[in-house]
Amino acid sequence: MKGLFWRKLKDRLAFFLILILALLPALPLIHILYGILKQGLASLSWEFFVHLSRPPGEEGGGVGNAILGTVMLAVLASLMAVPVGVLCGVYLSEYARGKFGEVVRISADVLQGVPSIVLGIVAYLWVVKPMGHFSALSGAVALAIMMLPVIVRSTEEILKMIPETLREASLALGVNYWRTVLKVLIPTGLVGISTGILLSLARIMGETAPLLFTAFGNPFWNLNPLQPVEALPLTVFKYAISPYEEWIRQAWGASVVLTLMVLGLNLFSRFLAWRLGGHGR
Amino acid sequence: MRGRRPKGLASPFRPLVKEGVMRIRDPDRVFRFVCWGLAVGLVALVVGIGLTLLAGSLPSLKTFGLKFLWGRVWDPVNEEFGALPFVVGTLVTSVLALLITIPFALSSGIFLAEYAPPKIAGPLSSLVELLAGIPSVIYGLWALFYLVPLVRWFEMKVGAPPFGLGLPTASLVLAIMILPYAASITREVLRMVPHELKEAAYGLGATKWEVIRRVCLPYGLSGIVAGFLLSLGRALGETMAVTMVIGNRSEMPQSPWDLANTMASVIANEFTEASRDLHLSALIEIGLLLFLITLIVNTVARIIIVRLEVK
Repeated sequence: MKGLFWRKLKDRLAFFLILILALLPALPLIHILYGILKQGLASLSWEFFVHLSRPPGEEGGGVGNAILGTVMLAVLASLMAVPVGVLCGVYLSEYARGKFGEVVRISADVLQGVPSIVLGIVAYLWVVKPMGHFSALSGAVALAIMMLPVIVRSTEEILKMIPETLREASLALGVNYWRTVLKVLIPTGLVGISTGILLSLARIMGETAPLLFTAFGNPFWNLNPLQPVEALPLTVFKYAISPYEEWIRQAWGASVVLTLMVLGLNLFSRFLAWRLGGHGR
Repeated sequence: MRGRRPKGLASPFRPLVKEGVMRIRDPDRVFRFVCWGLAVGLVALVVGIGLTLLAGSLPSLKTFGLKFLWGRVWDPVNEEFGALPFVVGTLVTSVLALLITIPFALSSGIFLAEYAPPKIAGPLSSLVELLAGIPSVIYGLWALFYLVPLVRWFEMKVGAPPFGLGLPTASLVLAIMILPYAASITREVLRMVPHELKEAAYGLGATKWEVIRRVCLPYGLSGIVAGFLLSLGRALGETMAVTMVIGNRSEMPQSPWDLANTMASVIANEFTEASRDLHLSALIEIGLLLFLITLIVNTVARIIIVRLEVK
């Protein structure tokens, strides 16, 4: 009987230890959200969203150009990554046979693991150096490379889930294979593919490292992709390590906007996935 | 004509090479060729990244050779470059972060997979994954204003130099950042343990802890190890949060409380300021090293996972 008592005691102790260790890390994570909201919400105002930043020492000013820049970088990167990524996914799911398909999959996995700052170096060597100056385009190239593997793998997974009968039904009606892919398979998997794209967007929107020496930052409004552009994560970084009280306040404000954008995209893609699967995971 | 048409899906090149460009009118083949071409492009992209880094670091490779790896001096003014301080900085912070994170991630994973009722476990895991998506620069901002004072207070208590910044702060923030990721992989792995196995153990009269300890953990061990390796890969390449709190000192760290630099943070700090070609090339070589180290860690993890799937 003593053996059973000890075993039950050990079971209880293990439960409490696991419970404590599992709940402890929630503290810093919740504190981060609390910190962002407490410090950041105070600095949000209409002016914050639409104005340029002011020089140090002056009150007020905003991050309008950074918000615009982040959206522009995301759009440019998507324009490059989405068509390529989706068609690569189509290749893997519809055409890949044997060894080469494996090589493509492994390449996507390798790409996923490349540190973002390394992609910044590559974009610098490929775009900034030949052009001779920093540009939004080079930043978008780095971000597009980061988006690719996520889009490729999610598109492949989704297309593979579509029943074979649907392909056969379309082919039996005399539809070409490429039309079947574009008009039947992709529309059927559209929700899933969009989820992958949104997740990859959420992943790149908060990226700072690859933008440091590509998009570089720009204190003015800019819509020209061949010129340097400001981005929210860059603003947070620059202001956070600055010695000015007012700029640090704005760094918190910018991080609220950035967090809401990223979490919003994440939640929206989760909502789509939930609609798709009928239940959350 | 018809007889010469190649059969099957063998090589997408064949229609263009063998039968001339006329065949391009067959839209099915064009589409397949485009998809194939983009897939080749993806492979070429990965190879291209490696080659570009290699080409960019050639001047530094030629000047320093293998000495670059264990050179302890990083002096841009006198153009003497050795990467050892940064390699050490990266390895120390990442491994320390992983060691700090393991007990917590393991417990969170076990809690979510085994103890928490499914109604709570689902939303809780989603929350954990959402937190993994917070941009790293924001972790850095938080660490700079909340973690640094805490570490400084602790350093004063134990009599260490009270920088606040440096190796301990960087390791802590890295540990916090990779925790959600490591925890959600652990949970996924533990959920894959077959129910029959667990029920059999319960049927023999095992307690819950005994089932976890003797059945679930051994069964999922290799998957959990792979998950931690993937987390390590993330920590190795993490740039912004580390750059903001590590203190950016390009000398060999002498104690665990020291200011330091990691491979990623030295690139982030010096790349735009590197005016001389050799300096830039040395930074690119550090990028190449970082690329190779993360590649090795991730590959080992993937091999473990592939073996797992075969099993």
